[in-house]
Amino acid sequence: MFNKTPTTAPATAAMPPGQQALAGQGIGGALLRHKRLWLALLAWTITFVIFFPILWMVLTGFKTEAQAIATPTLFFTPTLESYEAVHARADYLHFAWNSVAVSVGSTLLALLIGIPAAYSMAFLPTQRTKGTLLWMLSTKMLPPVGVLVPIYLIFRDLGMLDTRTGLTVVYTLMNLPIVIWMLYTFFKDLPKDILEAGRMDGASTLQEVCFLLIPLTLPGIASTGLLSVILSWNEAFWSLNLTSSRAAPLTAYIASFSSPEGLFWAKLSAASTMAVAPILIFGWLTQKQMVRGLTFGAVK
Amino acid sequence: MSTRASGRTVGGLRSLSLQAPAVTLLLIWMLIPLGMTLWFSFQRYNLLMPGMEQFAGLENYRYLLTDPALWSAMGTTLVLVGSVLAISVIGGTLLAVLYQQEFFGRGIARVLAISPFFIMPTVSALVWKNMMMHPVNGVLAWFTGLFGLPAIDWFSSYPLLSIIVIVAWQWLPFALLILLTALQSLDDDQVEAARMDGAGPVAVFFFITLPHLKRAISVVIMIQMIFLLTIFAEIFVTTSGGPGLATTNLAYLIYIRALLEFDVGGASAGGVIAIVLANIVAIFLIRMVARNLEE
Repeated sequence: MFNKTPTTAPATAAMPPGQQALAGQGIGGALLRHKRLWLALLAWTITFVIFFPILWMVLTGFKTEAQAIATPTLFFTPTLESYEAVHARADYLHFAWNSVAVSVGSTLLALLIGIPAAYSMAFLPTQRTKGTLLWMLSTKMLPPVGVLVPIYLIFRDLGMLDTRTGLTVVYTLMNLPIVIWMLYTFFKDLPKDILEAGRMDGASTLQEVCFLLIPLTLPGIASTGLLSVILSWNEAFWSLNLTSSRAAPLTAYIASFSSPEGLFWAKLSAASTMAVAPILIFGWLTQKQMVRGLTFGAVK
Repeated sequence: MSTRASGRTVGGLRSLSLQAPAVTLLLIWMLIPLGMTLWFSFQRYNLLMPGMEQFAGLENYRYLLTDPALWSAMGTTLVLVGSVLAISVIGGTLLAVLYQQEFFGRGIARVLAISPFFIMPTVSALVWKNMMMHPVNGVLAWFTGLFGLPAIDWFSSYPLLSIIVIVAWQWLPFALLILLTALQSLDDDQVEAARMDGAGPVAVFFFITLPHLKRAISVVIMIQMIFLLTIFAEIFVTTSGGPGLATTNLAYLIYIRALLEFDVGGASAGGVIAIVLANIVAIFLIRMVARNLEE
């Protein structure tokens, strides 16, 4: 349609919405409105399909077991029965607390170790810097299963199996390469003059990092932290293999519902909803912030 | 640049001390388990038979490499990674272009469409298995029933495809998230100019949008590859690698050996093979990243 009206259509698109409505009086405008409607319909249909499993999970959590396996319907009388049953069976807060403690703890640790390393790579580069960075990233490509047995045995001997400390250490190391990489790209974007000015005024490295670097790159550090929290929260390989009860996070809590008795769909849905709700809401609130970090600065 | 030229030695020393904690930890994290894995892989070592450990030479490797399960698992791994990458990159690009258009409620639609990325793999696998793909009571069975078609028993008829669908559902939103952000920096004037010159939407997509997304797409491929090579939870809670070996990838095969059969030696040999395989992929990926670094 843009081909048919090459003179008005692009101009319309570039106008602010108010003027677009005015321009929309012509024939081109009618076509444009028509196209918009189809576009909205298509986009919302796809959105609905993608989001449907999540919506369905939340809805099923408010059904009775009989309703859950009946013919699918969007209309029913909601009940909290399943939530009560799930609550009686397992201590949600225990698992949730493990998830929060381990993901936040490992993120803070990774930032604490990662910031000095990324700082030196961005501001004091040597010939080896790039190689070191790539090597760090390559450790991330090492399949965890390849080292599962030794880690399991070491943890057993150190008494770290099924402890929050153990899981925190593993997650810290798991996310460290990505954390350093992301911090590096953010730090590199910072003009060097600012830090140099600080150094002229006699700031030590520590002061430089604490009072100049961190405040100036806080958005980048935040998005790095957010991604690290999400990756740790959803991690299921180490948590399933290294914990059993005391330190088990929500991933293990959910896996326990997948046993043969997993036919209790409403209860499973209620438990799942509780397991993903915190991180889903967290993700919704922070997605704009996070995407800056996810793209590794490669996409500007 | 000036810091680099004037203070190479001083800077190098400071740089070394600041990186030391990170580098040391990652070295320990990598080398000790790697060394142990390598050591175990030459041993006859089963946790069910304590005290029977002895040097086995290459026996574990011979056993593994002649085991059809290994080759089947490697094939499954490659098919899984390849399919999910193709679906999420192609689908993600098309959807990013769609969600870039202006339509009613775009902001909310975007947030809803990227949501699956925040869902933990165990949950999404369980929801798909029990509520979407169940042959009797699943939503998909109900949907095909509307058209008078028979229900599909997804996990017995198409086990690997089912896993691919679940994993792609989780990662396509991730690709969408990245590519949508990349699209926002696309120069509108350039697109308008091309349209003025008579370029249709298809031409604009292939000659302007796609080249603009090149770097973002390589970032998506790299990050996803890291996670897809080690897919575990989705298989663990749905098919347990079956039926037979249909959905056993390398990660799951080693898991079976190590934690279900307690064969530490065999599992370690599998681990070494997985590491070698990952390194082949890593070399390829690192080249790509290095190129991105240069630009």
